[in-house]
Amino acid sequence: MSNASELLQLDLQLTQGKFHLQCQLNLPASGFTVICGRSGCGKTTLLRCIAGLTRAQGAVRFKNIDWQHEKKFLPAWQRPIAYVFQQPTLFPHLTVRDNLLFALKRVPPAERRISLDDAVNWLGLENLLDRKPNALSGGQQQRAAVARSLLANPALLLMDEPLASLDIDSKLEILPYLERLRSQLGIPVIYVTHAPDEMSRLADQLVLMEEGRVLAHGALNALLTNPNLPLTQHQEAAAVLDAVIEAHDAHYHLTQLRVGSAVLLVPLSPLPIGSHTRIRILARNVSIALDAPLHSSIQNCLQAKIVDIQIHQQEADALVRLAMDDAVLLSRITRRAVDQLQLQAGMTVYAQVKAIALIPH
Amino acid sequence: MNTGDLSAIWLTLKLATTTTLLLLLIGTPLAWWLTRTRSRLAGFISVLVAMPLVLPPTVIGFYLLLAMGPHGVIGQFTQALGIGLLPFTFTGLVIASVLYSMPFVVQPLQNAFDSVDKSLLDAAAMLRANRFDAFLHIVLPLSAPAYITAAILCFAHTVGEFGVVLMLGGNIPGATQVLSVQIYNHVEAMQYSNAHWLAGGMLLFSFVVLSALYSLRKSGGLRV
Repeated sequence: MSNASELLQLDLQLTQGKFHLQCQLNLPASGFTVICGRSGCGKTTLLRCIAGLTRAQGAVRFKNIDWQHEKKFLPAWQRPIAYVFQQPTLFPHLTVRDNLLFALKRVPPAERRISLDDAVNWLGLENLLDRKPNALSGGQQQRAAVARSLLANPALLLMDEPLASLDIDSKLEILPYLERLRSQLGIPVIYVTHAPDEMSRLADQLVLMEEGRVLAHGALNALLTNPNLPLTQHQEAAAVLDAVIEAHDAHYHLTQLRVGSAVLLVPLSPLPIGSHTRIRILARNVSIALDAPLHSSIQNCLQAKIVDIQIHQQEADALVRLAMDDAVLLSRITRRAVDQLQLQAGMTVYAQVKAIALIPH
Repeated sequence: MNTGDLSAIWLTLKLATTTTLLLLLIGTPLAWWLTRTRSRLAGFISVLVAMPLVLPPTVIGFYLLLAMGPHGVIGQFTQALGIGLLPFTFTGLVIASVLYSMPFVVQPLQNAFDSVDKSLLDAAAMLRANRFDAFLHIVLPLSAPAYITAAILCFAHTVGEFGVVLMLGGNIPGATQVLSVQIYNHVEAMQYSNAHWLAGGMLLFSFVVLSALYSLRKSGGLRV
């Protein structure tokens, strides 16, 4: 575990009616941490307790500074946190510019690392500054709310399903901004969501919650591919791998990605060559062959080693974990196929993925 | 119109203005407290504030007269301070009007404060605004229409006050003889044409005030 000066340490208990939050967690105070779990599992409550908006029992410690313990409770407005809510909470009587200035004015000049112009450029608000919130679309409002939270120059940014209230177009409009935030800003973010695509695009580490407790936390792909966690039981069970764009094929409209030592073909990506991206590979789109197939329409064939096989006698399918270099891939195939191919842990096999089934982020 | 009438009009305006300004000052923290508190006292205080809506003004006037009198709680307090007794003085009228018109200020303000989206206050807190800062820069501007309603209602209600004034203030020209009392004097003295001038003026005044209020409300700015 890393140094305490780089951690957000939580030890919180809260009872609200029938709901109990019981949470002991040390999170790295860097990168993008996604908290996920079903609705009602306490994600938002946990976030509000970190912020000090809801008062829980216990302790919150950020980079060796106590925000809360038995004898102390730093009020929300004194915590160096910014919060993006599910609904864009712009102040309706102020223009976008004045909303942004509301945040900036309350930061002592010496602590201002992000200027108004930076935030406006970052979130593409140039043409919206003089408008009132009710003259903006939902997506535009949420972009302004994100900009406002950045201007508070927070040491920690909390985001509570910021895309949940938006339509699909607005979501797609904002996600790239959030990805830039993740890769360029250097503010630790704790992000609540239950959308798999947001999780796989944004998360460095994942916290899985269930009924007010932390079920697991760790690196994204380690949790996604851990057969003991409910994530792998899901129809949408998938592995998320880091990839680099290596080449574009304009003729066939394909992009070549490098994942570790392997190469994957995917539908053409708009990203420039050399850029880092991620690829989400659904377990049900991965098939297994014992030999490298010679005549197949399937474009991607990766050599991998079977880590283990999860079999449920009552079900048709089995979940095979495959190791490729350091990365782990999931494959969901029938139990019958496991028996026919006599698959066992330790075997070297070929994982096949249709290029068309892959969407690079 | 004689000088008594003019002095009554002047006194009425002075009383209504003073009462309105005082009540906006007192009503703001009171309404905010009632909106935010979880104290059990809040229900009791709300009832007290609303009492003038249902009590006959003469009842309020009667008890205030007793309280401010030489044997009353307020009376002994003001005597101890060396102010003397408050009945039959302008100050006494102001205090009575403040109590009497309180629901007309506190209730619109409380409704407005209540309707301010709580998530905006959370958002303000997360932008380093303390509670007072958030109240001043978020709650107050969003409640501006309610302040106009409260001020108009309070002013008009104080102008129309009669029972409380008669019980507590009596009929002293220049000190407590307000418009409504002066109209009563004219009618008692059978000076109907004088009464007409003042009563007609009041009628016009009420009509203008209510028209203004309703047109504001229609334009979407107000909830009473």
